Amino acid sequence: MALKRNFISNKIFEVGEKTIQFGNWSSGGLASIGNVFLFLANTFRETFSREFEFREFAYQCYKIGFKTLPLISLTGIIMGLVLTIQSRPVLVDFGAVSMLPGMVAVSLIREMGPVITALICAGKIGSGIGAELGSMRVTEQIDAMEVSSTNPMRFLVVPRVLAATLMIPILVLYADLLGIVGSWLGANIKGAVSVVLFLSQAFRVVEFIDFLPAVVKTFFFGAVIGMVGCYKGYNTGKGTESVGIAANGAVVISSVLVIVVDAIAVQITDMITL
Amino acid sequence: MTKADKVIQHPDPVIEITGLMKSFGSEKILNGINLSLYTQENLVILGKSGSGKSVLIKCIVGLLSPNGGNINVFGRDATSLNRKEMAELRKNIGFLFQSGALYDSMSVRQNLEFPLRRIRKELTAQERNKKIIEVLENVGLEDAIDKMPSQLSGGMRKRIGLARTLIVDPQIMLYDEPTTGLDPTTSDEISMLILEVQKKYKTSSIIITHDIACARTVANRMVMLKDGEIYLEGKPDKFEKSDDPVIKSFFK
Repeated sequence: MALKRNFISNKIFEVGEKTIQFGNWSSGGLASIGNVFLFLANTFRETFSREFEFREFAYQCYKIGFKTLPLISLTGIIMGLVLTIQSRPVLVDFGAVSMLPGMVAVSLIREMGPVITALICAGKIGSGIGAELGSMRVTEQIDAMEVSSTNPMRFLVVPRVLAATLMIPILVLYADLLGIVGSWLGANIKGAVSVVLFLSQAFRVVEFIDFLPAVVKTFFFGAVIGMVGCYKGYNTGKGTESVGIAANGAVVISSVLVIVVDAIAVQITDMITL
Repeated sequence: MTKADKVIQHPDPVIEITGLMKSFGSEKILNGINLSLYTQENLVILGKSGSGKSVLIKCIVGLLSPNGGNINVFGRDATSLNRKEMAELRKNIGFLFQSGALYDSMSVRQNLEFPLRRIRKELTAQERNKKIIEVLENVGLEDAIDKMPSQLSGGMRKRIGLARTLIVDPQIMLYDEPTTGLDPTTSDEISMLILEVQKKYKTSSIIITHDIACARTVANRMVMLKDGEIYLEGKPDKFEKSDDPVIKSFFK
């Protein structure tokens, strides 16, 4: 297992170093791609280090997970509420209003819950990580860590990336749940539907294949958000302006990557289910 | 004879730098620096902003990679060490950053505990606590133990930064502009603290500074950097008595 891990890590390193050499040769443009590979390789290697920073990981889980709950709660409820209010008139026209709970549940679980929650998290968590590490870089705190014989990758990057990877799927499930609650509230604005009836109609339509790929892709969303935030923050330039640039870059790049990962995940799911 | 000269010195070099070169792009910052730091010596490095003083000490501690030359620390070439070996070497080197570089998200106690937990793993919680209190007493800030860095003044941050480096008993101290941004009284206090550290912890130190009052107080030997090269090196007297206009502009 350890040999395999080292092999993978070494291979990523090799790709990174070769890319840097090639990048320097071709006017330095690709050198930054090489740096991304080296950063990924370092993160991968330090993730399996014996000296795992468990306390920092737990603290980051609290910060990324628990402290994002109010925002996700609001987003989840509004997402379900709006989706229900907007869809209802069309379904009424077709006489299919009884399909409303199932339709909303499938939309939320498959696509809207994961993507909207991930985009919200890219804004809140990605910018937070980018700005925090960026200001630590600018104020020499990362250098201070390094000279006190602590690997900043192990202490700062790995716990944040892992916490984001673990917490975002949980936040997505929570948002899905509150989305369904919001949908029930929306359904009750122009009618009276009991919770039990609403939930039974909703989960009659939802299948395991709706649920599984949606959850799997959220781990990738989390990893992308954590990794991009850390990369941008860790490689911040000099001056306070760079902190803003790092935070902004973290949000923009992680948001775009969330959408790209989602598109890839949808294609893969489509191929599997065909 | 300066106050610093009262400290006993030994002629053994702890750091030997030969032909050190460092460039950023096409801009040469250090151009063949040859320098030694001797046991229990306070070596002050003077120079205008951008003369490469901070770059020099960052090369010593491996935060920057030189483009050429050797840096021997305790007889080992620091430029050829791998990450693990460098981490081992750094356990013996304390670095006081210009801003103090305290970890904002941690209290003073946690800041001091941070290097202790990682470098002195053998210590128990009780021993760690004892060491924290001892080092805080040495910098005169035992009451600040539970404060956050944002609650501290500039001078206090520097003292806590110093305490954080001293807590692991380093043999070499590197001070990057220790008195910059402080009022004259606090600057004097920090200068006296540097002397106390030299005596009490028997450290060999490189002090980068613009502050001539600080340099006069702490230096056993001085070096002036200009255009990436050593312009003048010697005892403080040599600098004080120099007729060179560049040196005079610093010492007037």
